[in-house]
Amino acid sequence: MIKYQGKGVYGAIAVGKISVFKRQDVQVKRVKIEDTSAEIARVKAAKERAIMQIQEIYEKALKEVGEANAQIFEIHMMMIEDDDYNEAIVEMIQGQSVNAEYAVAVTGDNFAEMFSSIDDSYMQARAVDVRDISNRIIACMNNVENESQGLDGKQIICADDLAPSETVSLDKDKVLAFVTAHGSSNSHTAILARNMNIPAIIGVGEQFLSQIKDGDMAIADGFTGEFICNPDEETLSAAKKKLESEAEKKALLQKLKGKENITLDGRKINIYANIGSVDNIGAVLLNDAGGIGLFRSEFLYLENTDYPTEEEQFKVYKRVLESMAAKKVIIRTLDIGADKQAEYFNLDKEENPALGLRAIRLCLSRPEMFKVQLRALYRASVYGRLGIMFPMITSVSELEKIHALCEQVKNELTADHIEYSDSIELGIMIETPAAAIISDKLAPMVDFFSVGTNDLTQYTLACDRQNPYVENFCDTHHEAILRLIEMSAQNAHKHGAWIGICGELAADTTLTETFLRMGIDELSVSPSFVLKVRDVVRKIDLSK
Amino acid sequence: MKTFEYTIKDELGIHARPAGMLAKTAKELDSEITITKGEKTVGATKLMALMGMGIKCGETITVTINGGDEEASETAMKQFFESNL
Repeated sequence: MIKYQGKGVYGAIAVGKISVFKRQDVQVKRVKIEDTSAEIARVKAAKERAIMQIQEIYEKALKEVGEANAQIFEIHMMMIEDDDYNEAIVEMIQGQSVNAEYAVAVTGDNFAEMFSSIDDSYMQARAVDVRDISNRIIACMNNVENESQGLDGKQIICADDLAPSETVSLDKDKVLAFVTAHGSSNSHTAILARNMNIPAIIGVGEQFLSQIKDGDMAIADGFTGEFICNPDEETLSAAKKKLESEAEKKALLQKLKGKENITLDGRKINIYANIGSVDNIGAVLLNDAGGIGLFRSEFLYLENTDYPTEEEQFKVYKRVLESMAAKKVIIRTLDIGADKQAEYFNLDKEENPALGLRAIRLCLSRPEMFKVQLRALYRASVYGRLGIMFPMITSVSELEKIHALCEQVKNELTADHIEYSDSIELGIMIETPAAAIISDKLAPMVDFFSVGTNDLTQYTLACDRQNPYVENFCDTHHEAILRLIEMSAQNAHKHGAWIGICGELAADTTLTETFLRMGIDELSVSPSFVLKVRDVVRKIDLSK
Repeated sequence: MKTFEYTIKDELGIHARPAGMLAKTAKELDSEITITKGEKTVGATKLMALMGMGIKCGETITVTINGGDEEASETAMKQFFESNL
């Protein structure tokens, strides 16, 4: 058993036999020639054939992966026609009296080098495109058909790297997974694999091709990026189990996608998803969530070396809102404290960070920083249905201060002639006992509540969630917590606000019926739980 | 000769797709279009050279229009950048 670690670009798992990708590589030799114009004519004819081939690949890609991803082949056709590229080839044939193959190969290498040297990972990945078209022209000159090899049943394709055209040319029904020695997650192969829903692992390292052979059993785990060749019994059965549970999830997806979250007696609720970065939007849509119930904005701050600017934040919020189209997106404002901070925050060490200067307390004590986030949110609001949620609220006066800051931001934007939506929903997290207990006072001031059960449990039961010694005392189903949630729900509804749950408890299906009976309007869970919760909701009968 | 400056707003900069579209658009005009960033200038119809500039989001380029119906070409180029980059 040999394990290789690469980078998974599409989350799926495959178990099967290896097929090492064979490329009919044409060895290009430098040959001195007399008739340079005949060589130039050969290049021209080969280019025409190459363009016809790419046109076919483009049409295949159009069907398989859609227009946006097929466009790279249009670019390939344009690259072949590029003036500089062609002039370089012709000049080399004329100037050095060399054969057409050599001139194309060297020119392709030179242009690929140019792309590799650009200080930008996206442009570096374009070197593959130039090499792809150059190899195709050379193959066309020698009548080499680089068509897909005959695959015997479904197999895991292993290669040093795959050109986009090679990926598309492979018979998709016979490919279990792609594994490559090189490649970047920006490469079109990675993008295409994602769109073809095929597990792909890139960058497992040069040596792997010399250590594997056709027909070897292997596991390609696109979730972890692990590629295991000749796995032992135990590893193999674990992988098969994982494969089964994936299949189960897929079946659930098939069964429940597009269905309503409705109980047997007709009560509808919303099931939204929690995410912590823009990268998870795909999972939200894939799992058919009705919206985003909690978008944690912390990553914007934690992944930065200085406060993220209004523009940086605006771009991210805009992208999330646009990607979710008309679905609701609830973005939680910065929720960090001394236990989880970036250096530039310069927060002092605290004896007890869970009870310290965190979340809304930090934001209200640094209003200038807070206003940058609010401005970015308000500006982005015109691109979708935005809800803004404030964490760690304990009092009415905090909420009054927040409202005053929101008003300031709105007035400033109006003065700057910048648009914002007038239907933004404002809400708060119910994650302190205080907020739940005075929820009758808070409800009239907001559009919604969202219960953060993790912190609510910790603060209500005085139990540190991370402390293993008190684990036995930390009963997440404790009646005190359920009563606080019920109380908040009643007060929310009394004042026309809706209430959701976005903590871990929202995905606890043993409580789904309890929550529905309390009148909870929305459950926000990690994307992979959306359909499971939907399945449970659809089996509940509240009339009994 | 006409020139205008433009600051790239697309997150990926002038990547393959818009470079292809730019080259295509520039070819259709009867003026000669060049793109300048810093000390480097390339013809807008030259796809690979254009990509080779590695123009990123937030960078400002100068677009120069020479010959033909400069006014119409300028409008067309401005429109192209506004809606694609």
